[in-house]
Amino acid sequence: MEMALLVAIILFLIGLLGVLVRRNILFMLISIEVMLNAAGLAFIIAGARWGNPDGQVMFIFILAMAAAEVSVGLALVMQMFRKLNTLDTNVASEMKG
Amino acid sequence: MKELLWIVVAMPFLGFLILTLIGGLLSRFWKAVVGVGSVVLSAIFTILIGIDFLSNPAEGGVYQQQLWQWFDVGGLSPEIALHLDPLSFVFIFVITFVGALIHIYSVEFMWKEEGFGRFFSFMNLFIGSMLTLVLADNLLLLYLGWEGVGLCSYLLIGFWYKDPENGYAARKAFIVTRIGDVAMAIALFLLFLHFGTWNISTLLGTAPEQWAVGSGLALTTALLLLGGAVGKSAQLPLQTWLPDAMAGPSPVSALIHAATMVTAGVYLIARLYEFFILSPIAQYTVAGIGAVTLLMAGFSALKQHDIKRVLAYSTISQIGYMFLALGIGAWSAAIFHFMIHAFFKALLFLGAGALITVLDHEHNMFKMGGLYKKLPIVFWTFLISSASLAALPLITAGFYSKDKILWLAYSNGDLLLWAAGLIGAFITAIYTFRMVFITFFGETKTEPTGRPGKFITIPLVILGVLSFGAGYIELPATMGKVTLFSDFVNQIFPLSPHKEASFGTELLIQGITAVMSLGGIWLAYVWYFKKSAEATPTLNRWEQFLYFGWGFDWFYDTLFVRPVVWLSRINKDDFFDSIYDGIGSITRYLHSTLSLTQNGKLRSYVTSVVVGTIIVITIILYL
Repeated sequence: MEMALLVAIILFLIGLLGVLVRRNILFMLISIEVMLNAAGLAFIIAGARWGNPDGQVMFIFILAMAAAEVSVGLALVMQMFRKLNTLDTNVASEMKG
Repeated sequence: MKELLWIVVAMPFLGFLILTLIGGLLSRFWKAVVGVGSVVLSAIFTILIGIDFLSNPAEGGVYQQQLWQWFDVGGLSPEIALHLDPLSFVFIFVITFVGALIHIYSVEFMWKEEGFGRFFSFMNLFIGSMLTLVLADNLLLLYLGWEGVGLCSYLLIGFWYKDPENGYAARKAFIVTRIGDVAMAIALFLLFLHFGTWNISTLLGTAPEQWAVGSGLALTTALLLLGGAVGKSAQLPLQTWLPDAMAGPSPVSALIHAATMVTAGVYLIARLYEFFILSPIAQYTVAGIGAVTLLMAGFSALKQHDIKRVLAYSTISQIGYMFLALGIGAWSAAIFHFMIHAFFKALLFLGAGALITVLDHEHNMFKMGGLYKKLPIVFWTFLISSASLAALPLITAGFYSKDKILWLAYSNGDLLLWAAGLIGAFITAIYTFRMVFITFFGETKTEPTGRPGKFITIPLVILGVLSFGAGYIELPATMGKVTLFSDFVNQIFPLSPHKEASFGTELLIQGITAVMSLGGIWLAYVWYFKKSAEATPTLNRWEQFLYFGWGFDWFYDTLFVRPVVWLSRINKDDFFDSIYDGIGSITRYLHSTLSLTQNGKLRSYVTSVVVGTIIVITIILYL
C-alpha cells in the first residue's frame, strides 16, 4: 500500500517538474494531466486502504473534469498558436507589469 | 432733508458699481462724469443735510437712520443704520467735500493714465467705505468700512502695479495696518462678550455703569482699540507704511492723508471716547504716542528729498498732534485740527502732485527750484497751505487749531506734552519752509513743461481759501473767543478738562507758540533760502538715520520680515507635506517592486504557486 502511494507521489512530482521546466504549452498541459492522474491514483489508493468506494467515485469525477479541462485547454492552445505562431509560453507574456 | 442721509453713502457706492460693472463701455468723459459726479452729489447732499442739521438740531444732537437689519444670529443683530451727530457730521463734511475736490482734480491729473475708470471706481469705493466707517451706528458696520478703507488704500497705493516697488508699498500698507486691525477686532470681541451689543450709543451709555474707572478690562479694551487706531493713523510703532504709501498717484495720497484712511484712527478714539476716559493709563498712552510720534516724524521730515515724503512725515506728525489732543481729553481741539489739517494737507498734496506732473514726474525737491514765477497759482496756494501747516500766527487756520491743542495741553498741566508739541511746532515750521524754499526759490533746475489746467487750479484755490479762512470759526479767548466749532462738537463730548487760566497766561502761551513758528520759518530762511546749489545733499550718518525714518524699516525688516522670509524659504516644501509625500512615495515604491512579480511568464507564476504551496504545507505540518 505504501509503495502504491509512493508511485502516486513520484507521478505527481514528475508532472510538477514537467510543468516547471517545460516551455511548450502543450507539454505543460500533458504534465498537468499527469499530475491529475497522480492525484486520482492517490484517491483510489486511499479508497482501497479504508475499503470505501468514495475514492473511486472521486476518480471518476476527476476524469470527467480532466476531459473538460483538456478540451478547454486545447482550444486555448489553438488560439494561442493562431495569434502568436508559437507554443512557447515565454513569448506569451504580454500581461506583465 | 436729514432723511436723505443714506444718499450721501449710497452715491459713491453707486459710482463704484457703475464704473466697475459697465466702466468698460463708457468713454473717458463719462467715466469722469460718473466718478466725480457721485462724490460731488454726495458733497452737495452733505451740505444740504448739514444746513438742516444745524438749523433744526435733533434731540441730543443725534440723528439716527435705520436702513435695514443686516442679520440676526444668536442675539447678534447688527443693523445697517446711520448715526449722524456733530462728530460724524464734521467727518462726512470733510470726506465728501475734500474728497469731491480731489476727484475734480484727479480728472485732469489722471486723464492720460491707463486705467482711468479703475482709478475712479477705487476712489469712489474709498469714499464710500470711509463714509460707512464714520456714519456707522454699530461697531460691526464701522469695522466693515474700516476694512474697506484698508482694501482701497491697498488698491490705490498699488495703482501703478506694473512697477514691483509700488506693489511692495501697497502690500506693506495693507499688512502693517492689518496688525492694528487684529488688535481692534479683538477689542470688538471683548466688547461684544461683555455688553452683548455693538451699538455704539448703547456701549457708550452702559460702559461707565459696568466698568469702574481704571479697571483692567477697560484698560485692555482701550489699548486694543488704540492698537487699531495706531495702525490706521500711522502712529508709532506702526507708522512705517505711510511714507511708502507715496507710491500711489498724488490724488490718492491727498485722499489718504486728508480725508480718509489716516484720520480713521482719530475718529475711532473720538467715537469711543468713553473707553479712554474709563482707563486714564490708556488715554495717557494715546497722548504719549502722539507726542513721541509728532517729534520723530518731524525730525524725519527735516531730511527728506522727495517732496511727497516730506508731506507724508508731516502727516504722521500732525496726526500725532491729534492723538496728543485726544489723549488729554481735548476732543473738540483734536477734531478741529483734523478738519483744518484735511484742508491744508489735501492742498499740499494736490499742489505737490501738480508740481510733479509739470516737472515730468520729478519727486526730488533738490531738482526743482525757482518755480514761484513760473507756476504762480500752485506757488501761492502751496505757500498758503505751508503757512497753515507751519502755523503762521494770526492769519492761518493751522495756527488756531494747533494753538488750541498746545494751550489745552498747557492748561491741563501736562508740561511735558506741551513742550513736545512746542518743539514739534518749531520743527514743523522748519521742514515746511525748507520744502517751500527749496522747491520754489533759488535757481531753476527743471523747466516746467506747462501750466496745470483749471481742473487742477480750482480745487487748489478753494482749499487755499479754506486753509486760511476755516480757522475763524474757532478763535481762542484772547482773540475774540469764537467757539462755533467746539460748541457744535461738544454736544456729544464731555467738556475738555482744563483749569481756568488768566488772560495773560493764555496770551503768553500763544506768544510762545507764535515765536516757535516764526522762529522755525526764519531758521528755514537762513538755512535753505537760495542756498540749494547742491543737487542732492549728501547725508552724514545721523542725517541718514533720520532720512530712513529712525531706522524703523530696518528694525522691522531684521526683526520680522527677514526671519519670516527665511523660514518660508527653508520651509518652501512645507514640512507637514513631507508626511503625506512620504506615504505616497512608499506606496509608489511598493507598487513598482510588486509589479515586477507580474512579469507575464506562466512558468514563474507556476513556480510561485508551488513555492507557496510548499510553504503552506510545511506550516500546516510542522507548526
